Amino acid sequence: MATDAARLPGGIDSRRLIGRARRVDLAFAGAGLLVMVVAMAMLMALVLDLLVDGLPRLSWDFFTNFPSRRPGRAGILSAWVGTTLVMIVTAALAVPLGVAAGVYLEEYAAKNWITDVIEINVTNLAGVPSIIYGLLALGLFVYGFGLGETILVAGMVLALLTLPVVIVATREAIRSIPQEVREAAFALGADQWQTVRIYILPAATPGILTGAIIGLARAIGETAPVITIGALTFIAFLPPAPIQPEFPFLSFEWLNSPFTVMPIQMFNWISRPQPEFHVNAAAAGLVLLAMTLLMNGLAIYIRYRIRKGMR
Amino acid sequence: MSNAAARPVADRLPSPARPQARAGGLVDLERAGPGAPADADVAPPPAPAPRACKADVRGLSFWYGEFQALKDISIPIAESEVTALIGPSGCGKSTFLRCFNRMHDLYPGNRYEGEILLNPGGVNIIDRRTDAMLPRLRIGMVFQKPNPFPKSVYENVAAGLRIRGIRRRALVDERVEQALRRAALWDEVKDRLDDSAYDLSGGQQQRLCIARALAPDPELLLLDEPTSALDPIATARIEELIDALRQHYTLVIVTHNMQQAARVSQRTAFFHLGKIIEWNDTEQIFTNPKETMTQDYITGRFG
Repeated sequence: MATDAARLPGGIDSRRLIGRARRVDLAFAGAGLLVMVVAMAMLMALVLDLLVDGLPRLSWDFFTNFPSRRPGRAGILSAWVGTTLVMIVTAALAVPLGVAAGVYLEEYAAKNWITDVIEINVTNLAGVPSIIYGLLALGLFVYGFGLGETILVAGMVLALLTLPVVIVATREAIRSIPQEVREAAFALGADQWQTVRIYILPAATPGILTGAIIGLARAIGETAPVITIGALTFIAFLPPAPIQPEFPFLSFEWLNSPFTVMPIQMFNWISRPQPEFHVNAAAAGLVLLAMTLLMNGLAIYIRYRIRKGMR
Repeated sequence: MSNAAARPVADRLPSPARPQARAGGLVDLERAGPGAPADADVAPPPAPAPRACKADVRGLSFWYGEFQALKDISIPIAESEVTALIGPSGCGKSTFLRCFNRMHDLYPGNRYEGEILLNPGGVNIIDRRTDAMLPRLRIGMVFQKPNPFPKSVYENVAAGLRIRGIRRRALVDERVEQALRRAALWDEVKDRLDDSAYDLSGGQQQRLCIARALAPDPELLLLDEPTSALDPIATARIEELIDALRQHYTLVIVTHNMQQAARVSQRTAFFHLGKIIEWNDTEQIFTNPKETMTQDYITGRFG
């Protein structure tokens, strides 16, 4: 009989069990779908709103004009150049320092309570409000070291902000490498540095890149610490060009230049009463989003290239 | 016997081996399995004397933190032979194997005591004053699971050479080919040296790991259950390979598979609870063990 076939040993009705499992699965999938739709809808609404307001304002002039009192002629030249230069400094400081610190903590440091304390503090640093970093930089870099309100200082404070994220990501990436790889390298007679350089770092690079991009994406949108160190809100000139026509062709004068960044430019425009400036802010917001996406895209591309090379 | 006296370590080889000898009292140490003379194409033919001792383990104890995993182990590892380590799970055979290349140094809280003297030179490789890199440069290891690096087939085999600073392209090419030939993998991969090692099958990956270990020409090759993750066909190929490798290398193999130990080894040591219960010629261990515990284990009564 059919009913007998459905009975499991111990008199359990298999159809009831299967039916219940189906219902639970269905309920969970439904709840998950709902949550995802709500989250995505809010994000899409935000982006769409920005697109509707800002897209018509985007033009070549908007990228090549300095800020102006007349909203129609105002542009983001100084802001996007400033953001780009600051991010270059941030990445150049935070990524090598963070990776080196992560490698040291994971591969070299003795496993004792001091390392544990450092680890806990690094994780905590990732959660410190960014304004605190701004205050630290104002006291230490701007006044203490007398570096002034420059691109270098902005890059340094944002690097401080990014550093814990890069360190934690590096450690996670290194930890996810199977111990067998390490043992195989050591068993072949490799020393610690060879193991790290040839086998650990290449395998950890995708994870490190992800962490670095997450950190830099946070830094690119930061306003508070950059305002704290005294970035200008209205600036109508560019820093000196890094490439010079005469010897030695490279110049680092731009590091000591005053600057503004995209979020500050947006903040400045949104606080004006004229609605035309608000349109400018929306357009600048779109550009900032695009810059972040571009960074993410670059990371995905590099990751893809590395994976293809390694497989 | 005068030859034996010249090499004191030979006196520590199993005593039953000698009375069992057919003619001169020494030849049985020369040959345990079937086939042509094993030394036929070894580059410098070793003395026609009893097997020299490649590594001499004396009073080795090992602790994982507070737990003593090895208790006063003493055994000579004879040159150009396969020594099999058998015993139930957790008996310490893998722990013992990993002492030879100081793999335990990678983890904190481990402690060695006693001596493993590696010949020639007789340096105690587990001495704290001996840098762990020394045994690792002289001894190769193949792990339980195939663990190729995420690189090309060629780069995997060349890894040990690169680590030793060998850069000359022609030399690296030659050593890679030789290692792959010895690992019986050359014909299968010679056209795909630039492919990822991960594209090989499990059995090929394990032979690649053997080739990787062979390329720097180790004096001693450690094999930690090298076939436990492989199917019977791949296992058979690796076993054939182990038998062939004996011409060039000294091998120590940990195995859970007693038929495997009987098939590939000339000497077998039976481990239990961190001690060597018995070690002897493989034939003796499997046909006429002295300890009842050994007998119980090899007949499947426990373990």
